Amino acid sequence: MATKTQNPKAWLFVLPVVALVAFNALIPLMTVVNYSVQETFGDNVFFWEGVKWFEQVLHSERFHASLLRQLMFTSIILTIEVPLGVAIALSMPKKGVGVSVCLVLMALPLLIPWNVVGAMWNIFALPDIGLLGRMINGLGIDYNFTQQPGAAWFTTVMMDVWHWTSLVVLLAYAGLRSIPDAYYQAAKIDGATPWAVFRFIQLPKMKRVLTIAILLRFMDSFMIYTEPFVLTGGGPGNTTTFLSIDLVKIALGQFDLGPAAAMSLIYFLIVLLLCWIFYTLMMRHEAQ
Amino acid sequence: MRRFTWLVPTLYILFLMLPIYWLLNMSFKTTNEILGVFTLWPREFTLDNYRKIFTDPTWYNGYLNSLSYVVMNTVISVTAALPAAYAFSRYRFLGDKHLFFWLLTNRMAPPAVFALPFFQLYSAVNLFDTYIAVALAHCLFNIPLAVWILEGFMSGVPKELDETAYVDGYPFWRFFVKIFIPTIAAGIGVAAFFCFMFSWVELLLAKTLTSVAAKPIAATMTRTASTAGYELGLLAAAGTLTIVPGAFVIYFVRNYIAKGFALGRV
Repeated sequence: MATKTQNPKAWLFVLPVVALVAFNALIPLMTVVNYSVQETFGDNVFFWEGVKWFEQVLHSERFHASLLRQLMFTSIILTIEVPLGVAIALSMPKKGVGVSVCLVLMALPLLIPWNVVGAMWNIFALPDIGLLGRMINGLGIDYNFTQQPGAAWFTTVMMDVWHWTSLVVLLAYAGLRSIPDAYYQAAKIDGATPWAVFRFIQLPKMKRVLTIAILLRFMDSFMIYTEPFVLTGGGPGNTTTFLSIDLVKIALGQFDLGPAAAMSLIYFLIVLLLCWIFYTLMMRHEAQ
Repeated sequence: MRRFTWLVPTLYILFLMLPIYWLLNMSFKTTNEILGVFTLWPREFTLDNYRKIFTDPTWYNGYLNSLSYVVMNTVISVTAALPAAYAFSRYRFLGDKHLFFWLLTNRMAPPAVFALPFFQLYSAVNLFDTYIAVALAHCLFNIPLAVWILEGFMSGVPKELDETAYVDGYPFWRFFVKIFIPTIAAGIGVAAFFCFMFSWVELLLAKTLTSVAAKPIAATMTRTASTAGYELGLLAAAGTLTIVPGAFVIYFVRNYIAKGFALGRV
């Protein structure tokens, strides 16, 4: 990469971006901070409460439960989507019409509005009118995701795999495309096994895009709201109430602004911290 | 072993298409057929659901509203991100690394956190229920992404291009518009694709910031579902139509898609 020149005027270039993002990020963030330390009974009258809401949220079992569900959901979908995405990318055609067909069809779920994804899976998985529900029940398994927690989790995970595996596939495929043919020829001459080709040529070349894929999937699954909300509404009971769903329930449903704001900040900090850990670990690994 | 590798993507695509087929199937059925009998394809094929959407303004306006703020957001995000990405890829300046990281942290902010403050902010500046409100709000996550993608593409352009242009006597803005932008056209296409995609699929903020005049189609769907009873066929038809713009956009960028998903950095 070429060396960069020192230029203080470059700030003028980034000014529009800073202004737009600051307007959308800093003002709302300060509003949240403001709420998180105060109590209100309406009419714009506020009382100072200090860190009370933070303590309340950190000690609340409800928060622990949704955080645990969130962590479980995110780890499950990462364990399924990343290896599956890599496997599919490895078996995709390398050239010809097949490539375009695969890419266009696979990218399709990514461009469907999130509540439509939820609604689509709802009618696809309903036990009485849905194809999936009918098929599973036809196999003799009692399946009804609106009533059984296990079935609700299964359906939510399936929906996310359906929705987002393609992102991993496309990123991994882009990484694979950047490997020069000479590498494969050299491996062939050395008589390398397919596993050795994968382990020592393909995987290292995909490391960078896979880092992006894992980070994006981690962030987005940790913020997931619309799809499970439309599919299950967080139910049955609270079994699929993830962090965002719980937050919206508290903030807009019960209008408990203080606790909701404190929870927002804790939530945001958790995402930032986990992203930072992921990022540092993967960068260190890359440096070795 | 090699001969069966085509099976994996084929099965995967089949899995992807099944729920979409089911949605399409429902959209051509009457409500009676959906609730009455279980059929793998429509027995009484009907276009009534689509006819309703194309003739009822509350429905088709939803599409126009969504498309309006998505296009606005794409234009704003990419235009603002272009000079910023250039600065990040070419210059060092005070706080550049921190600024870049701060921009990216906004991509990590859960929209649920911002829903209520956004409502208050945009009401306070009298922009509630306008296209521009949603377009500006979506900048929160689209601008960082656009800067990230464009910076990657721009860093791939050798610096000699800039220097040669200056030696030839080009003033900066003429160089930027006439030479540099055409050079990274593919990157701009990819960035625009991603902005379009994330603005089109996001609903939580779009729904929070609108009530009537700028209501997105996806919100029209949820509200109709709760007020007008259980009109599944209509809902399925509306859902099917929301897939169309995305499919259109993918078709146009299909040759850049693999490169774009690598964010130009492979």
